[in-house]
Amino acid sequence: MKVIYVDNNATTKIAPEVLEEMLPYLREFYGNPSSMHTFGGQVGSKINQARENIAELIGANHEEIIITSCGTESDSTAIWAAILSNPGKKHLITSKVEHPAVKNLFEYLSKNGYRATFVPVDSKGRLDLDFLYSHLADDTAIVSIMWANNESGVIFPVEEISGVLKERGIVFHTDAVQAVGKIPIDLKRVHVDMLSLSGHKVHGPKGVGALYVRKGTKFSPFLIGGHQEAGRRGGTENAASIIGLGKASQLAADHLPEKNTRIRRLRDKLEDELLKRVPNTMVNGDKENRLPNTTSVAFEYVEGESILLLMNELGICASSGSACTSGSLEPSHVLRAMGVPFTAAHGSIRFSLSKYNTEEEVDFIIEQLPPIIERLRNMSPFWKKSR
Amino acid sequence: MWEYTDKVKDHFLNPRNVGVIENADGVGEVGSLACGDALTLYIKLDDKERINEAKFQTFGCASAIASSSALTEMLKGLNLEEAGKITNEDIADYLGGLPKEKMHCSVMGRDALENAIANYRGEKKKKIEGEVVCECFGVTDQEIFRAVRENNLTTIEDVTNYVKAGGGCGNCHDQIQEIINSTLGMEQPVIKHEKRLTNIQKIKLVEETLEREIKPALQKDGGNIELVDVDGNTILVKLHGTCATCIKSEITLTHYVETKLREFVTPELVVEEV
Repeated sequence: MKVIYVDNNATTKIAPEVLEEMLPYLREFYGNPSSMHTFGGQVGSKINQARENIAELIGANHEEIIITSCGTESDSTAIWAAILSNPGKKHLITSKVEHPAVKNLFEYLSKNGYRATFVPVDSKGRLDLDFLYSHLADDTAIVSIMWANNESGVIFPVEEISGVLKERGIVFHTDAVQAVGKIPIDLKRVHVDMLSLSGHKVHGPKGVGALYVRKGTKFSPFLIGGHQEAGRRGGTENAASIIGLGKASQLAADHLPEKNTRIRRLRDKLEDELLKRVPNTMVNGDKENRLPNTTSVAFEYVEGESILLLMNELGICASSGSACTSGSLEPSHVLRAMGVPFTAAHGSIRFSLSKYNTEEEVDFIIEQLPPIIERLRNMSPFWKKSR
Repeated sequence: MWEYTDKVKDHFLNPRNVGVIENADGVGEVGSLACGDALTLYIKLDDKERINEAKFQTFGCASAIASSSALTEMLKGLNLEEAGKITNEDIADYLGGLPKEKMHCSVMGRDALENAIANYRGEKKKKIEGEVVCECFGVTDQEIFRAVRENNLTTIEDVTNYVKAGGGCGNCHDQIQEIINSTLGMEQPVIKHEKRLTNIQKIKLVEETLEREIKPALQKDGGNIELVDVDGNTILVKLHGTCATCIKSEITLTHYVETKLREFVTPELVVEEV
């Protein structure tokens, strides 16, 4: 069965060009980049080239890039760095809709001597900026706000926030794992102090990420060890994956315009047609300010896991904010923070497209999904009652 | 991805007996849209009080649909006494097992069946007995007792998997643990402050408990609490925000705050929201 993969905010297909670039460094060139001999040293040069490519994608300098093992490590590194290098400051700010990589660390810290403020969002998933600004304190060690939300796709006004925080002298970290490669990011213009990104969200390999640390930002390493990453992150380099991420970054930069044209058009078609063909359906999140590849569609009176598994029978891969899919009993914290009514939250499906999706695939989903919803609604005790 | 058995998949993809029996002899309803799953079971009896038709409507995940479908198949041909003996474990076994996180789907089937039988016998919908422990999902201490006893549950996680209690804000975890302990015959840890408190001591202790125990828990779900006044044993508080899907959030919060304050300060306290 053909797989129709529209779950690219979960992970992406590794680009064939990326894999090709990586393979020699898994086969022949296994040297340690730190070695004195050419055999190892040449791997080091290749890694430096990759670092340049990663930096270029976000408008940074290569010295400002620390390679990590994943987005979560980047987030943890950034937050701990801010805390450890500002020992007197006990206050932290984030949003209510962060990825668990940030949210759960903030919750942990709030139980261990820190005050954490969680900035709410409105029903469209937009950040309450007045709340954020009015909670900035003299002892705020870090503000960590994601660039774009993984579930709703809503883009936060990072540039505006960065201006305010720069003036206040407060460290600003952004988890840009979902934004990098999907929308233009230029850190020469936007003053964030630290930024996290992840390889496998941009058609790179899993197990590699990066943390941007603006020159001059106080830093403290998370993994203490060897001299790698200029002493900012110990551990022998994951050479092939770093080289893969470099290539993926280069491709992402090349394909950025396509995201906003072809992919956006496919996403809009999928969304518009589903809304047109399926009654009692709505979009979660601010349609005006979203990632071009993401849509979160809520089908009232049906449950997400059932929708996903019936789509799975047809090879369609998407994901859901419903409770049952995660093993938790409540809908996702993002949908709850947005106040999505529970008639809809349990039936919310996220579609996230990539450059590999085609019009035929989108048409297939548009044809196949409405009967699935109808079938489940006919089974539901609430559907007729609601009509 | 859940590890569903082939039988679960089959009953989900090809559910048996979906629909409504217009002139049913018994109808049993459980669950709600808020909770994420719900089942309405219809039974029709022959003149010997045997079930000759059973149908269902379900809103929920694959295992909820499969459990409902399985139940209707199991019921056919049984008399009411036999049907009444079906346990949630029987439903799960019929399907070749359910992932432990999904056991509550089988419990939902059993509850709907009990309601349908009660409905036929002219009893009102099975009374909810006991006191509500989990306010997020409206689960009582009696329901938790029963699930623990019948399924030999030993952890809070087990209880959540079987009856959902404790799967929301988490404020009831201590109470669930106490129920498990008492069912297993373990002694309950009791914290008592025997000494009579002066007013200043009482106010200080209330403040400390709010800061240490209550605020962090509420803030976790976006809520907060403010101490307004202490009048004798009446504690006046202001509550902000709540856990979005809690059904009876106000009762939850006040009840929770009162429980905690009684535990750490003195058992005579009454909490009132202003």
